[in-house]
Amino acid sequence: MTDHGVADTVDDERPQGEAARPHRHADRPLTGGRIDTWRHPLTVRLTHWLNVFAMTILVMSGINILMAHPHLYWGIRSTFADPWMSFPMAPDWLMVPMRRDLGAARGWHFLFAWIFVLNGLVYLAFITISGRLQRMMEPTRADLADIPHSIVEHARLKFPKGEEARRYNVLQKLTYLLVLLVLLPMMLATGLAMSPMMNAALPELLWILGGRQSARTLHFLAASGLVGFVFVHVALVVVAGFTNNMRSMITGWFVIEPEKEDAE
Amino acid sequence: MIPERRGLILGAGAALALGGCDRVARTSGLQCSLKKAEQVSQRSQRALARDRLAPEYEEKDISSDFRANGSVDPQASDYLALKANGFRDYRLILDGLVENPLSLSMTEIRARPSRTQITKHDCVEGWSAIAKWKGARLSRILDEARVKPEARFVVFYCFDALDQTEDGDRYYESIDVPEARHEQTILAYEMNDQTLPIANGAPLRLRLERQLGYKMAKYIKRIELVESFDHIAGGKGGYWEDRGYSWYAGI
Ligand code: HEM
Repeated sequence: MTDHGVADTVDDERPQGEAARPHRHADRPLTGGRIDTWRHPLTVRLTHWLNVFAMTILVMSGINILMAHPHLYWGIRSTFADPWMSFPMAPDWLMVPMRRDLGAARGWHFLFAWIFVLNGLVYLAFITISGRLQRMMEPTRADLADIPHSIVEHARLKFPKGEEARRYNVLQKLTYLLVLLVLLPMMLATGLAMSPMMNAALPELLWILGGRQSARTLHFLAASGLVGFVFVHVALVVVAGFTNNMRSMITGWFVIEPEKEDAE
Repeated sequence: MIPERRGLILGAGAALALGGCDRVARTSGLQCSLKKAEQVSQRSQRALARDRLAPEYEEKDISSDFRANGSVDPQASDYLALKANGFRDYRLILDGLVENPLSLSMTEIRARPSRTQITKHDCVEGWSAIAKWKGARLSRILDEARVKPEARFVVFYCFDALDQTEDGDRYYESIDVPEARHEQTILAYEMNDQTLPIANGAPLRLRLERQLGYKMAKYIKRIELVESFDHIAGGKGGYWEDRGYSWYAGI
């Protein structure tokens, strides 16, 4: 069974029309056995780049906010003499705005938090309704069995070619799922739990997270996890073919290299 | 089913909801978006929280190291004079848009209906501390003063100037009438079963449990009911608001 996976986006659900005319998102053969395939629909591309922008502002204004009290604690209150973690002063260029200014940084942070949440909801609604979530990110049984092999391939910086390149590999799927279903919702939940008015509206959230100081520490840890993800994510985009990957996230089209020798 | 298009419409809707505040044309586009986001946050949080109470804690949760921020020992001469004889000559003035202006001594304030609560104090800087507070319920005092229908905000004028000079900008804050009438909004005169210490705002400070610490004016001198705070100091409704912090501090 060939897995058309990525190519079968929702756009393919329109009526077939005259059988002879190829679908506008059908594969396009290129020279040398390479194939141009349709990979990322417009909604995914737009929400992805808006998210990159919003998260950049959120992280940089977040650092500015952290600098107002660069200590983290666990639990329901600060134990000033005994912080769990303390930070040195961050350089100005790492912050939004580019000088320590808690009031302004909070303004930026909350504006972009709204953009991040609304944009994230649009993206999550899209991938759920269109079936992209299941089709592209849900690991198959074969995927799970392939985890050790996939780890080795990543370590050797070898990326799939041919039919396999149409699909996200299992580590990629699991990472995206972790980011989309764990880290990003965690950012929102821990962020809301730090708001005193939200504590009144939804005290359960505060209890579940273990108190405001735990929520603040978890907010920082989840953000660090996301920053770590971005470094690995961008590094893999670069080593797996920077222009091809970027082209796919900008135009939607992705080039598949032919397999050198027939694998299976 | 074309979720792609629907997603775009949703996205555009969101952009519109956050944009489009040309009525405040004198400010830049960014300032306008920031202001707009603050309003959206305030409206949605208020809609969710309505008059629910801030979480309350137990005796065992009380911080042993409650931090005093901002002014901790005001040096204004009128304050020092009152402090010299234990605030016996202190009078809280409540006036403005009320039918029955008040002037209350500490003894009279202590005789008013009170509330005791163990709550979390959330500083805008990110730390929090827990303490037990006792104070007069602001809603009852407002009832006594008979607030006029046109009054929208309650302004607190304080003794302290953060720069500790005689003519420095004195601290002030404002909250809206519904928030002032919240069950946990009190004029506190006791902290952890002791008379309110100087460092924490003696003789009287505001407790506004669903917002951040900077809203909770310490060293209250006078309370005024107003329709708008545009004409007061920098016009943004508070000492820190005039210095770039948001008026709504529930977040
Ligand atoms: C800021 C945080 C970021 C997050 C949370 C994030 C998240 C994601 C997710 C979830 C996907 C899969 C989307 C889907 O298939 O529906 C993706 C794909 C992609 N991202 Fe990001 N990303 C971030 C930053 C970046 C940056 C900075 C770059 C480039 C410099 C980048 C380049 C790409 C590319 C090229 C793809 C397509 C990969 C492929 O087709 O195999 N991302 N990203």
